[in-house]
Amino acid sequence: MLNIQNLHAKIGNKEILKGLNLSVNAGEVHAIMGPNGSGKSTLANVLAGRNGYDVTKGTVEYEGNNLLELAPEERAWAGVFLAFQYPVEIPGVNNVYLLKAAVNAVRKYRGEPELDAVEFLGLIKEKMKIVKMKEDLLNRSVNEGFSGGEKKRNEIFQMSVLEPKLAILDETDSGLDIDALKIVSEGVNSLRNEERSIILVTHYQRLLDYIKPDHVHVLSNGKIIKSGGPDLALELEEKGYDWIKEEAA
Amino acid sequence: MSTNTENMEELVGKDYEHGFVTDIDTDTVAPGLNEETIAFISKKKEEPKWLLEWRLKAYRHWLTMEDPTWAHLDIEHIDYQAISYYSAPKSKDDGPKSLDEVDPKLLETYEKLGIPLQEQKFLAGVAVDAVFDSVSVATTFKGKLADAGVIFCSFSEAVKEHPELVKKYLGSVVPAADNFFGALNSAVFTDGSFVYIPKGVRCPMELSTYFRINASNTGQFERTLIIADEKSHVSYLEGCTAPMRDENQLHAAVVELVALEDAEIKYSTVQNWYPGDENGVGGIYNFVTKRADCRGNNSKVSWTQVETGSAITWKYPSCILKGDNSVGEFYSVAVTNNYQQADTGTKMIHIGKNTSSTIISKGISARHAQQSYRGLVKISKSAENARNYTQCDSLLMGDQCGAHTFPYIEAKNSSATVEHEASTSKIGDDQLFYCMQRGIKEEDAVNMIVNGFCKEVFKELPMEFAVEAQKLLGITLEGAVG
Repeated sequence: MLNIQNLHAKIGNKEILKGLNLSVNAGEVHAIMGPNGSGKSTLANVLAGRNGYDVTKGTVEYEGNNLLELAPEERAWAGVFLAFQYPVEIPGVNNVYLLKAAVNAVRKYRGEPELDAVEFLGLIKEKMKIVKMKEDLLNRSVNEGFSGGEKKRNEIFQMSVLEPKLAILDETDSGLDIDALKIVSEGVNSLRNEERSIILVTHYQRLLDYIKPDHVHVLSNGKIIKSGGPDLALELEEKGYDWIKEEAA
Repeated sequence: MSTNTENMEELVGKDYEHGFVTDIDTDTVAPGLNEETIAFISKKKEEPKWLLEWRLKAYRHWLTMEDPTWAHLDIEHIDYQAISYYSAPKSKDDGPKSLDEVDPKLLETYEKLGIPLQEQKFLAGVAVDAVFDSVSVATTFKGKLADAGVIFCSFSEAVKEHPELVKKYLGSVVPAADNFFGALNSAVFTDGSFVYIPKGVRCPMELSTYFRINASNTGQFERTLIIADEKSHVSYLEGCTAPMRDENQLHAAVVELVALEDAEIKYSTVQNWYPGDENGVGGIYNFVTKRADCRGNNSKVSWTQVETGSAITWKYPSCILKGDNSVGEFYSVAVTNNYQQADTGTKMIHIGKNTSSTIISKGISARHAQQSYRGLVKISKSAENARNYTQCDSLLMGDQCGAHTFPYIEAKNSSATVEHEASTSKIGDDQLFYCMQRGIKEEDAVNMIVNGFCKEVFKELPMEFAVEAQKLLGITLEGAVG
């Protein structure tokens, strides 16, 4: 599904990713862990096509196509979804309105008829249950006045409605209390299936108590320096990151 | 993202969609302004002597005045002697009795604008008093309005048919000597619209006028007078587009509204005059005096405006809240792009007891544009328990543009409640990226964010106007983020 080879990327003049390799198959959940400043969020943003990140070397292949050639919205149409670390507020733009526009943009791309208001409401009613989304959040402006937990829940709600093939969750666990973390994790787990790949970018192991990854990778100084199974995360929790850095050096 | 940049260049480079000049013979007076010119205009319009006197008085006062310089605008010197002050389509002489008799070229012009009169007549249920180069050439729905006793006609016609009303109310809200541009208009105005809603009548339809400027080098001086008699109600829509040209064009209109006891006037504007090209060449100079007099108790006037055009906008639709319990409202969206400049806002003058006013102003600036909100809330000594709420929000797109706020508050009565809120925000790359990551194209995302910002104003517009305004905003701001 996703194949990243020797990826180098910089912000301004600063090189952040320095030869990253990663391969994700359909249906797999990969956790990318690492200390602050290791390049985790840069990876998420490069994959989503955010402005200001220059890829200087390497390739990213998504379903056999060159992902880096696509505009952000084209990546979205192709099934790439980024759950933001800091979801933005958009005053005056109704939460449901944005989501409906997003769903219909994807449907249009696929040559499917656009959903009308009634059909759309039918669709989201089901999905709301997944993350125990409160109804009043739907009709508020996008993320405006949402608590930290509500924002993250909204991201997962959008993900459940948009049904991406590749979901990248950028520090979705940060700023969540334990109850919110459980709800969000349950939401993500319910969206796991054989076709959908998920990349969890996280600093802490605790998210992985709730979402069991198939693979764990340690990112340090712009490269993946160690990969392993779920046990690797536990080891990290216990020993910190320094021992791997030393091992890698 | 190089693809995005290319798209933007393309979108930015898009020509003014309504830019074209229709070839119609015009009966134009030689450029220059003096008492003879004014006499010519007055004679051409077969006006009574009192009106000529009124014009001349305004002109003589205007001669003693100077161009206002207090606005936050950079205006090239205007040579008032280089402007032609009268222009009328020749076909006027034949007097079209119906749309069929209207110059087909004119109808074609409207069709290019997407506002075919015929279609509007049937579909929108809106009576249209179409102003084409200063003279009204087509008026529809007269019958239905006449049944209700509503007078809706061109200003010239009103002077002939209803001189007593014109004489009584003309200049009673905006006196001839009020301000530089108001005085100029009083001296040389050529036509405009006149509305009278009799006592207790609720106008059966929205009234609408489309203004066009079409002859090169012709200043446009519209005069609009709307009187809502006791317990009446009217909603008036004004919208305009203008063809492309290089020379700057002067537009100095005066709009006077009078609301008597328990009357309500809703005045909505979508203004889309040619703004000049992306280098700031050409474009309309728009100096408008709009004022409402809430003369009677419990009267209400609501101004809603969407301003996207003109190279320069100088405009402050205001309310004089004379009657007790009278209400004044001002809802505004002003968009300036490229080198456009706007100094706009409102004045709410509280005189009567328990008067209240609301001001919601949304300013959007992109590229090199400069925009100012200028507002005055004045609570007179007599205005017991007056209330005002003001909200001024500015949205910036890019880092070359500017937004300025000049709110003035004068409160002479301690029982007044005056609230002012202001904010400035930048349309964020983060917001755009968020929408695009969800699959929404950049231009649609900009539209969505801007319309969200303007929501409080758009909901005040009549339905079909709101749709038009949203479209216009989209066209105006396409590719402006970057």
